[in-house]
Amino acid sequence: MVSDPRAAVASVVDPEIRVITIDELGILRSVDEDPATGRVVVTITPTYTGCPAMDVIRADIRRALAAAGHPDAEVRTVFAPAWSTDWISATGRAKLAAAGIAPPGPARHDGAVPLTLAVRCPRCGSPETEQVSRFGSTACKALWRCRSCSEPFDHLKAL
Amino acid sequence: MRGPFDFALRLGDDALIAAQRLAEWSTRAPEMEEDIALANIALDQLGAARLLLTYAGELEGAGRDEDALAYLRDDREFRNCLLVELPNGDFAVTMAKLLFLSAYQLPLYTALSGCADERLAAIGAKARKESAYHLDHASLWVRRLGDGTAESHRRMQAAVDEIWPYSHEVFTPDPAAPVDPATLRADFDATVTGVLDEATLTLPRNAWVPSGGREGVHTEHLSYLLAEMQVLHRAHPGAKW
Repeated sequence: MVSDPRAAVASVVDPEIRVITIDELGILRSVDEDPATGRVVVTITPTYTGCPAMDVIRADIRRALAAAGHPDAEVRTVFAPAWSTDWISATGRAKLAAAGIAPPGPARHDGAVPLTLAVRCPRCGSPETEQVSRFGSTACKALWRCRSCSEPFDHLKAL
Repeated sequence: MRGPFDFALRLGDDALIAAQRLAEWSTRAPEMEEDIALANIALDQLGAARLLLTYAGELEGAGRDEDALAYLRDDREFRNCLLVELPNGDFAVTMAKLLFLSAYQLPLYTALSGCADERLAAIGAKARKESAYHLDHASLWVRRLGDGTAESHRRMQAAVDEIWPYSHEVFTPDPAAPVDPATLRADFDATVTGVLDEATLTLPRNAWVPSGGREGVHTEHLSYLLAEMQVLHRAHPGAKW
């Protein structure tokens, strides 16, 4: 049985943040079918240059496409335009928050001026939070702590 | 005359050797959050190194991929600046190295993102976002240590004095390169003096300017680093996970 390749690829979840799909995360750039050969070409972009999840994501995309009847798909990786957290969909943001990961604010503009916006605690909703470390359990996350409920939490940092 | 291959190789080697040095802090950093931070920065550097070395291999056209360039060259064939190969020293030395490196890499990658070479422009646009975080992190620590206790101030100043001479090499003019490193100097100086002023630290007078990395003449520290980095690949050629 052959089914819609776009739907198959869009349902692949991020291997490190398993509550969100690669489509919702904004790293899925396109899914095209070669009209002549019917071969599926998927284009993705990494969140960070050194993101170690990319190999797993590529394998998961091929597996999902094979299951959908497209066994010889090609997965391309592009770096321009560079991924931004602004590409995370509203659904994706809601899913992150529900999983205890504070979603990112708007990405800062070019340059090195750090933008400090209040990050709401994903557990109790309090804006009384503080950054513990700007680097967290994965390249895309920072470690924060809530001063109201004292819980530590991950924050997907704006990029 | 240096072609685009040499340019990509220089930048790729800077990132690769910086990544390997920073990774030495894993499980040894002063606190757990810092351990994670340094590993993350190392990973960013490694990511940039992979893109740059892959591209360098394609430009060379001799069939060398990122692994061949990273694991199968000897020290005299590496083109990284001396700054990145210097030992980590104490935490202040590591932060002085990271401050100087990221204050150079941020304007470099930013300039690269607007250059005519599409591949380098894409790599620059990606890597500069990460460099901004590295610079924030190093600046924060240099300010905290410099404007901290008498002891932290003393050690941070000693680190700046020791590492500063090695910061000049990367700005050696190369007008034919996609981005002439000499054009980045003003940006670098403004960033570094701003941070050091806030940190109540002073720059040593420019006297000694060690160089040679871009020509493959390195300090004795690089060979040891390479030995550790390359041993597995050389012992088991072509091995895969």
